[in-house]
Amino acid sequence: MPGTHQVSIRINGVEVKADVEPRLLLVHFIRETAGLTGTHIGCDTSSCGACTVLLNGRPIKSCTAFAVQADGAEVSTVEGLNRDGQMHPIQEGFHQEHGLQCGFCTPGMMMSARALLDKNPKPDEQEIRWAIAGNLCRCTGYQNIVNAIQYASKKMTEGAAA
Amino acid sequence: MVPASFEYLRPSTLSEAVSLLSEKGDEAKIISGGQSLIPMMKFRLSRPACLIDINRIPNLEYIKEEDGYLKIGGLTREAELESSHLVRSKFPILHDTSFVIADAQVRNLATVGGNLAHGDPANDHPATMLALNAEIVATGPQGERVIPIHEFFVSIFTTALRPDEILTEIRIPSRNSRNGGAYLKVERKVGDYATAGVAVQLSLQDRDQIERAGIGLTNVGPTPIKANRAEAFLQGKMLDDENMDQAARLASEEAQPNSDLRGPAEYKTALVKELTRRALRRALERARQ
Repeated sequence: MPGTHQVSIRINGVEVKADVEPRLLLVHFIRETAGLTGTHIGCDTSSCGACTVLLNGRPIKSCTAFAVQADGAEVSTVEGLNRDGQMHPIQEGFHQEHGLQCGFCTPGMMMSARALLDKNPKPDEQEIRWAIAGNLCRCTGYQNIVNAIQYASKKMTEGAAA
Repeated sequence: MVPASFEYLRPSTLSEAVSLLSEKGDEAKIISGGQSLIPMMKFRLSRPACLIDINRIPNLEYIKEEDGYLKIGGLTREAELESSHLVRSKFPILHDTSFVIADAQVRNLATVGGNLAHGDPANDHPATMLALNAEIVATGPQGERVIPIHEFFVSIFTTALRPDEILTEIRIPSRNSRNGGAYLKVERKVGDYATAGVAVQLSLQDRDQIERAGIGLTNVGPTPIKANRAEAFLQGKMLDDENMDQAARLASEEAQPNSDLRGPAEYKTALVKELTRRALRRALERARQ
């Protein structure tokens, strides 16, 4: 029986240490070891994007990475979006523009949106659609999600200019 | 889904990785991006006793021009290829390819080396590398060995890499300025494997005769397919409509598709023909620019 490995992963700025089996998926480390259940498990086969988190700033599917591989890395999840009880502009956008119905895909959508806006603060509609192409939503038809990300982009760039 | 248990080893140098691989033999698998391997492990299609993680080995992620080659490090992510100015300006076929692989999240981890070493005829880079006449650098206990791409894909999920070798570099010969290529893929939805895909790379002589044509086919046979007859037919010819049709017909005859959920074999053969025609046209436009 292969042994365990001690790993240390900073999730939303907080260091989480644990002894884990190598086969533990990053998404289970986030949900069960760190107790952050905002990140969802959808298809479990790297197709749906519900488990999207940022690994060192880049979106990945946390159901298709092992926790041991993220040892020493920075992970951002949906719980890290709000600041001091204030919704992040992306969260506000999904709220204002009705960017969700059942909400299952929303944490992953928001993390893909965050990675996009970090890199490209004023994306056009095609760039938004391309950035969320790896996130499936079965409720909304995507239009309101695109609107939500445009709302966030506008709010964040206006905020930066002020 | 949780994969079966395995031993996890994370070497920090290439030589350490190679000696671990020699020691563990067939029991071990290299993990780079893991975007094909981890799903296969979940489904128990692959059950390695040991994973050797090469992600922390330095100096394996690069895209550079050197000694008449474009050199791509074995660990280079698809996302790097997608955003590279060098690739976009000089080898747009590689940009075409990485752009249609899976989705943004997968491309952030998936590697070009893994896309080739996995030996999956449904992957996209094999056809492109066949069209580009690339070389694979494999590093083993005896050092480096260069494998021409047309000898690399042996059978489904099997490459010419030996059990103790790691794919460390891909070399693509730089050509004169009058060359261009394109990769076209038909997929049911973003992130799907190709129903069929065609890669074309052309080098032109002064008066637009074809000096060399490279044509690779995705997911229409047990291995990625090099359309040798279509390539030979085009050599020395002008790419007029008639020759384009004939090359497309030859390429479609070289495809060996099976009927499956993505469509009947006849449809895929017809797709190869049309995609070859369109890829030839786009490659020609790019070569003339």
